[in-house]
Amino acid sequence: MSDKVLLVDDEEDFLEAMATRMKDRGMEVSTTTSATDALKKVEQGAYDAVVLDLMMPEMDGLEVLKAMKEKRPELQIILLTGYATVQKGVEAMKFGAMDFIEKPADLKVLTEKIHQARAQKLVLVEKKIQEKVKRMIQEKAW
Amino acid sequence: MSWNWELLGETGLQFFGKMSASISHEIKNVMAIINENAGLLEDLTVMAEKGLPIDPERLKTQASRIMKQIRRGDDILRGMNRFAHSVDDPLRQADLNDTLGLMAALSGRFASMRGVTLELEPSSAQVSMITNPFFLQNLIWLCLDFAMGCSGPGKTVALKAERMENGARIRFSKLQELATGNTGSFPEERVKALLQALNADLLMDREHGELHITFSSRAEG
Repeated sequence: MSDKVLLVDDEEDFLEAMATRMKDRGMEVSTTTSATDALKKVEQGAYDAVVLDLMMPEMDGLEVLKAMKEKRPELQIILLTGYATVQKGVEAMKFGAMDFIEKPADLKVLTEKIHQARAQKLVLVEKKIQEKVKRMIQEKAW
Repeated sequence: MSWNWELLGETGLQFFGKMSASISHEIKNVMAIINENAGLLEDLTVMAEKGLPIDPERLKTQASRIMKQIRRGDDILRGMNRFAHSVDDPLRQADLNDTLGLMAALSGRFASMRGVTLELEPSSAQVSMITNPFFLQNLIWLCLDFAMGCSGPGKTVALKAERMENGARIRFSKLQELATGNTGSFPEERVKALLQALNADLLMDREHGELHITFSSRAEG
């Protein structure tokens, strides 16, 4: 099964080129230039990874990250930024980002991170299912 | 009255840093797009090496996207160069229309982040004056930053330079929230220090939603 990725960036030309390259590598890619649309997409679809620009109009990238994590805690988010400061990086990790990559990104590195994201998400989903089953067994007290 | 050099220096350095960081961010974006499009070209050559046909239209599209970003990067660097040279002379002939254009370009990303559109209204006459170009840019930025916060639901700030009978004026208009009266601490001490250094005045026309910087002397045709 291919990795399902959501790319969020306000630069349309960047999105188009990166999405084409990712699709050529067998990934299933959705794109959006809007932070609010990205939140809607995350609510509606199950993505293995979200690649999110830190500087977005409408909403700060960290706010988008927080809102996405609230909606889907298992979601793996990789932040992309034009300028990485240590402070922003620390904040991003604190809010649950999986990684923090500086632009221009190396697609090979990004692809590896997306594969890792999918594996991590699977572990989290599996853990969630196990906990749910455990709870059900305890509640039923068979 | 003596100028507050310490405050002017601190404010100027903060302004210089803020603009430089924004410019570097813009250049990074340009480089990222060039990087992805160059990567796409590389992908196409790998496909061609494997015997897959290349659509010439795709090559043309990639080339034109790269050229578009080169032009964008060149515009950004040209603006950065003008901005950097504004500290060369303490007093110089400056055209207010040009300066407003430069400041609108340098502030474009900040405006876009706040969802605000900047409208540069062309002036019918050239408005030039002898001034300190860096202080002038700093004052315009601080007023523009404030104006963006007052743009209200219209999310637009219009900028215009005008010749006046005894000088010149910069108008920030369409400030829909200026009428509500809550302008916070504006104009802060740093704005006042810049006004003093530029021999300028600030006027808030709350009724019409406008902010004016007026320069009383040294304006020329």
